[in-house]
Amino acid sequence: MITLVNYGLGNIQAFANIYKRLNIPSEIATTPEMLKRAEKIILPGVGAFDWAMKRLNESGLRESLEERVLVDKVPVIGICVGMQMMANRSEEGKLDGLGWIEGDVKRFDESSFTQKTHLPHMGWNDVEPKEGEGLFRNLQVDARFYFLHSYYFATRHPQHVLSTTDYNGRYASSVRRDNIFGVQFHPEKSHQWGIQLLKNFAEM
Amino acid sequence: MLRPRIIPCLLVHNGGLVKTQKFTNPKYVGDPINAVKIFNEKEVDELIVVDIDATVLGKEPNYTLIKHLATECRMPLCYGGGVRSVEQIDKIISLGVEKVALSAAVVETPELITLAAEVVGGQSVVAVLDVKKRRLGGRYEVMTHNATKKTGLNPVDLAKKAEDLGAGEVVINSIDQDGAMNGYDFDLIQKVRESISLPLTVLGGAGSLQDIESLISRFGIVGAAAGSLFVFKGVYRAVLINYPNRSEKDALIKGNL
Repeated sequence: MITLVNYGLGNIQAFANIYKRLNIPSEIATTPEMLKRAEKIILPGVGAFDWAMKRLNESGLRESLEERVLVDKVPVIGICVGMQMMANRSEEGKLDGLGWIEGDVKRFDESSFTQKTHLPHMGWNDVEPKEGEGLFRNLQVDARFYFLHSYYFATRHPQHVLSTTDYNGRYASSVRRDNIFGVQFHPEKSHQWGIQLLKNFAEM
Repeated sequence: MLRPRIIPCLLVHNGGLVKTQKFTNPKYVGDPINAVKIFNEKEVDELIVVDIDATVLGKEPNYTLIKHLATECRMPLCYGGGVRSVEQIDKIISLGVEKVALSAAVVETPELITLAAEVVGGQSVVAVLDVKKRRLGGRYEVMTHNATKKTGLNPVDLAKKAEDLGAGEVVINSIDQDGAMNGYDFDLIQKVRESISLPLTVLGGAGSLQDIESLISRFGIVGAAAGSLFVFKGVYRAVLINYPNRSEKDALIKGNL
């Protein structure tokens, strides 16, 4: 069972549709009780950092979510701002992050940009995964994903970087610490590549 | 490497999809959800959907339609039409839309850009400027309400203002080139491109994949949007949803990779 955390943000139904097509059971969790039976958790997100943190903090789901992720070690994947929330803090906001993976969310440094288009990083870009990483099974060659963001996850420890992407230099386009995963791009909006990644997560 | 984006733009009128010429004569081309399903199969980069009734009729966005579109889309979606408050923008983003387009609001209540960016993030706030070339003097002017209202504003100044206020993308839509299918207005695009560093998407005039190829070879990372090109086939404009396949698309953007 894939559990999609509904705290009022992100395209939850798009994930549910993809899993339905893949014949993988999923449910949208709106209560702590529903999180208790989760075997895999997806934490979606779009929007500004503080807005997303506020919604999660007020959803009544945070405590139960942290227990499942940090104590029970249930695999979880954060999407876009859902990933950024896993950091300690963000330059985009004032609220504390979840602090599940050590690091800060930072704005790209525009002063170093050479091309005409600066921020946001918007569109389809390549993702270079770490070798042998199961989340990127069958996505080692020519995988493209959709990005839409101006801030990136600067991990404190390089071993938490799962893949890199080039946007005026390489940055972490996905992260992992043990059972905790995060992707900056939108797999739910990345056609067959995104579907493959969501399938991989379900099968881990 | 980041790729240029090739984006179908769909117009909703009376609940159906239409295609206009110079913002008039809407021709019915099909059902919105059905079109999204076809574009899914064709793996389009992004989709823009604009409700051309909402602002002129003073209506709320059709949230039921937006929810269905967002749910069906396996690619990013930008919605525009009748958006004038932060509450509406928050609601639309919560329905699963990636980007919300503002048009009349950019002219009438530009501060909405900043307020919206604080809530949904600037990356999701798009300023769409409908631009007409004046017959005398050839100056460009931004129009609103489906090109029925003059604003006296220059698109370069307004694009710059949208950037300063925190928008995440500017879409330049040429009213004169709408439905003309004889190429983008490079002169207009050049002027705006020089003035902002935001992602820029252009719409109006694409009649062939060559038009898109020349746009990309000249402007590099750009959003190449088109309406007629992706819904019509042939000189008689028979309705046929189409989009370049992966190898055709790679050939179009090869100059940029």
